[in-house]
Order: sequence, then structure tokens, then C-alpha cells
Amino acid sequence: MSDAIAAKGRETTLSRWLMPLAGIIGLVVLVVGLRVLADPLAGQNLLANIYDLLGNEAGADQLRRNQGDLLLAKILLAFVALIVGVGGVWLLYTGMSAIVGLFSPRLQERIIPWVFIVPALLLLTMYLIYPTIATLVASFTDGTRGDPLRHYRELTTGPFLALFRNNLIWLVVGTAGSVGLGLLIAGLVDRVRREALAKTFIFLPVAISLVGASVIWRFVYQWRPEGQAQYGLLNAVWTSVGFDPVPWIQTAPINTFALIMIFVWIWTGFAMVVLSAAIKGVSVEVIEAARLDGASERQIFFGVIVPIIKGSIITVATTIAIAVLKIFDIVYVMTGGRFDTDVVANRMFLEMFQFFNDGRAAALASVLFIAVLPLMIINVRNLRRQGVGA
Amino acid sequence: MTAPTQSVERSAVRQAWRPNILKRAPVRLAVIGICVLWSLPTVGLFVTSFRNPRDITTTGWWEALFAPFREAQWTLQNYQTVLGTEGMGNAFLNSLIVTIPSTAIPITIAAFAAYAFAWIRFPMRGVLFAVVVGLLIVPLQMSLIPILRLYGDLGLYGTFLGIWLAHTAFGLPLAIFLLYNFISQLPRDLFESAAIDGATHFQTFIRIVLPLSVPALGAFAIFQFLWVWNDLLIALVFLGVGAEQQVMPTALNVLVGNRGEQWHILTAGAFLTMLLPLIVFLLLQRAFVRGILAGSVK
Repeated sequence: MSDAIAAKGRETTLSRWLMPLAGIIGLVVLVVGLRVLADPLAGQNLLANIYDLLGNEAGADQLRRNQGDLLLAKILLAFVALIVGVGGVWLLYTGMSAIVGLFSPRLQERIIPWVFIVPALLLLTMYLIYPTIATLVASFTDGTRGDPLRHYRELTTGPFLALFRNNLIWLVVGTAGSVGLGLLIAGLVDRVRREALAKTFIFLPVAISLVGASVIWRFVYQWRPEGQAQYGLLNAVWTSVGFDPVPWIQTAPINTFALIMIFVWIWTGFAMVVLSAAIKGVSVEVIEAARLDGASERQIFFGVIVPIIKGSIITVATTIAIAVLKIFDIVYVMTGGRFDTDVVANRMFLEMFQFFNDGRAAALASVLFIAVLPLMIINVRNLRRQGVGA
Repeated sequence: MTAPTQSVERSAVRQAWRPNILKRAPVRLAVIGICVLWSLPTVGLFVTSFRNPRDITTTGWWEALFAPFREAQWTLQNYQTVLGTEGMGNAFLNSLIVTIPSTAIPITIAAFAAYAFAWIRFPMRGVLFAVVVGLLIVPLQMSLIPILRLYGDLGLYGTFLGIWLAHTAFGLPLAIFLLYNFISQLPRDLFESAAIDGATHFQTFIRIVLPLSVPALGAFAIFQFLWVWNDLLIALVFLGVGAEQQVMPTALNVLVGNRGEQWHILTAGAFLTMLLPLIVFLLLQRAFVRGILAGSVK
């Protein structure tokens, strides 16, 4: 017993000084690593320095001129990145805790929670709180020439109204399409064997990036002039039933719906998974009772099950509506906003990088923020009430 | 009654109440039809990526399925081209460099914060937690302009460090919220006995909280991994389209711009970008579903 205490005593004196030392070394390594990685050409420069040390001056020179063993440089960078990125964060917390461990227990108790939350708070302040305020301010001051509402007034004119009209179409059709199809499919797969397999097919697109999905559907919508081989699936079917081929992506207003279809294709799986889980939660007794009353399957689904899972439907709908409002990738990749398909988030990107009108971009972002706000509040409230955990 | 027996009983009741085979046929056909319809676009892409450029533009990909043994139409050349000269190989490495730390860092930072919010008393705890959760409402578009300017001043534009920090910060509110929900539900006794044993908060976190939180950490990890891997906007804004740093979605987007009608390159490129997420999805579908169910706010 006393041996154990003595051993513990030795261990604590040892770790009392070793751990903080390791912590300080860790922090130094972290800072140096971050310095290296803050360089866009980090990989090349790092490998070039190593080559210098090894006496391979020719190789180092080549790398500095952006030639030579670039792949090796990249792989080296990947390793350094993983070690610094993943290990660095752990070193940070370990080191800080070890340093705090040197203080008296009472002081420790007061400092340690801040060690745990300050990194998160710093990042959130820098990346979310400060920018939100800065963007709101910029929307009233940046390039407004003394007229604070200038950008917002411009947004209510001509071409910009088309943005909001398109976003509204996206909001209604995209949300209703994904939730409606998701609900329908969730109801259908509930009554077949191999339900999990069927769900996998529908759910799979969730893992695909919007850019990837856009390429997939671009191929489906591919158009060739009349008389040529239609190798796009949709036009092949369309012409085989006797119609002329349609350039789906270039033809307004059908193109906006063609783009929304891509979104629906991805998000229906999400809606299906959540709603299917909700349907499984409906008590069997209730369904049985309805059957005994002579209700048809359809009546049971729409009259009994749907009202019971209304809460889940709302959560799914608000989540999808938020994603719809912020839609960017599909429009950016498919049309770049041309052919009358532009939406707010894409236009904001164009204002930033093509027209260099940051003030108007800030105003567009602020509009998006205000549009998302009520939906997000509903959603966070819902989640908090349900206490949803992973 | 324990949960498993209950669910067995439930499904038995469900089974019994399913209408007979004849009545069920239309439903089955509908489900099969929907599954086929849903998969066709992806199958088309996959098949096309292995076809000769000349065949792609003269016949539909479905015709290749009717004559699958005409060997001359199949090729791996498209993938070779895309990985080599079109720079997708490089983009794949970049995507890994971006994605792995952008997944690991926010989970670590969020787990520490969630533990502190859940189990350590300190002043302003409630207010600060409300602020963190409140930040869920900010669309990331609000951050783009100020952060881009800041990155210009700090020299972080186009660096991996810059994009990790951005993905980390944007992922944090959701990560802290989800992990808090999980960690705060752990039994109180665990923490009391750890305190009696003289464990520091750091030790308690490492030895008790982390091992017990693996399901929540894993679910969020898959979620964040797919989110970062598939992201286009943040990569476009903070990394740019320079060939050196571009990740797979930006690389694919560049291909669409430059190789708009060269489907042998586009389809192979698109399939490469989807490869890793699809593997992750198919292997970890259950954990992924958990993540999706819990993380439906983003």
C-alpha cells in the first residue's frame, strides 16, 4: 500500500516536470509546423531544404523552380500536414493541460475549462461572429457612396428580381419534391422485403458531391441537334417517343426545373431515411385499429401515419429548405447562372470574383442570412426539444 | 421488455398485417422501378467512363450494355488520361490533405469544448453555449468576404492551413452541439468517481469521455468527412483553382469548363471524385445514417 503511494509520488514528481516540458516542446513544434504550412509552396520548399541538407543542390534548385520531384514534395507535405494538423491539435491540448497542471489545484479548477473551450471560441469568433458583423456592415457601407440602402434598393430592381424568383421556385419545388418523394418512397419500402437494399439505392446519391451529381446529370441532359445520335438518356427517350430533342439546360424556364431535379435526386434519400425511421416509430396498435375500422392502405398512410409523423416531416422540410436556399454548386457547375437560372448564392459568388463588387455580394449574403434565419430557428428549437443526439 | 425483443415482435406484427402477395405486387414493382430509375444516371456515368471516346458520342451508353462482350469498346485509357495529364491524381492527394485534418481537428476541438460545457462549472457557461448553438444559423456565405480579406493580409490564401481552419470553424457549432448532446447524457457517477480518484479533467476526458463517445465521434466524423470531401464553395474561395492546390471538386469543375463535351474525360473524372465517398458510404452506412439523422441542421 505504502509502496504504491510512494510509487505514485515518484511518478507525479517525474511527470510534474516532464509533461510540461513535453508540452512546451509540442507547442514549439506546432508553431514551426504551422509556419511551414502557411506557405502555399510548402511542399516544394520543405523538400528543397532537405535536399540542401543532403547536398543535392541540383534537386533543390529544380524544386524551387517548380520542377523536379513534385510528387514526392506533395507526399511529404501530406505527411507533414497530417502530423501537424492532427497531432498538433492534440499537442496543443496536452501541452496546455500540462502547463496548467503546474498551478495549485484551486487555480487549475478555474483555468482548465477555459483551456478546453478557448480554442473553439477563438475560431468561432474569427470565422463566424466577426465576419457576420463585418458582412452586415459592409452591405450598408461598402461602395454605397453615402447611400446606405443603395445595394438593397438595387436588389429590388430588374435582373435581381429574377434571382429571388428563381430561389423561390427552388425553395418550393426543391423542398416539396424531396420531401414528397422521400415520404412516398419511405411509405412504399416499408411494405417490401429487402427494405434495406432498396433504401441503399435511393440513399446512395447523398454521398455524391453536388459537382459530381451535376456531371452525372449533365450527361443525362446532353443534347445533340436533330438528326444526330442522342446519347443523352433524356433526349434519347424523348426523341424515341416522337418529340424533337430539347436542349434542357439552355431552355428557360424548363432548365431551372432540370437543375432542381438534381437536387431532388440527392436529397430525397435523406428525407426517406429520416421519415422511414419516423414511420417505424408509429405504434402498430394505432395502424391495427385503423385497419379494423376498414381503412384502406392509402387512407391509413395519409390519414393515420402522416399526421403522427408530422413533426419529423417539418424537421426534414426545414432542413432541406435551408439547403435549397443556399444552393450554389449545381447552378455554378451547370450554367454558371446563365440561361435565366441564376440564384442568390451563385450571384454572390459572381459579384465577389467576377464583378469585384463586394458591397453587393455582402448585401446578397445578408439577404440569404435573413431568409434562412426563421427556418434555422425552427430547426434548432426542434432539435433541442427532441434532444437529438448521435 | 428489452428493445430487441420488442422490435422482433413489432416486425412480426407488421409482417402479419402486410397484404397478400397479389396485392403486394404493384408496390414491389413500384419500388423496383424507383430503384432502377434512381440508379440509371450513375450507372450511365460509370459505364461511359470505360468506353472509347468515339463510341460514347455515336451510341448511347445503354447500347453498350446490350453488347457487353464487344471488347473493342471498353478501355481504361480515360482514367489514365484523367489521373495523369488532367491532374486528378494530384487533386486526389490534395483532397486527402484537406479532408483528413479538416475532419480530425474540429472533432478534437469540439469534444474538449463539449466536455467542458457539459461537466465543468465555470462562469458564463450557459451564455457561451447558447452563443455556440446560435451560430448554427449563420450561413457560411456571411463569412466569405471578410475571411478572404483577412487571408489576404495574413498570407493564408491558397494554403492548406487556411482551408483546415475554415472547415474546422464552420463545422464547430454543429460538432459541439451534437457532441454536447451525447456527452452530457453520460452517467454522472462516472465523473464523480473519477473526481474521487483524483483524476484531472484532462485525464477524465481522455480515459472516460473519449472512449465512451466513440459512436457520436464516428458519426460526426463520417458526416464531416463527406461534407469536406464534397465541398466546392469553400475550396473555390479559399484555395482557388490553381493546379497546385486544387481539390477534386474544383478540379472536376475546371474539367467541366475546359472539356465540356469530352465525356470520356468528364465521366472518368467524376467517378474518381465519387470513389472514396461511395466506399465510405457503403462500408459505414449505418454510422452514416446516424450522423445524417443527428446532423440534419447543416
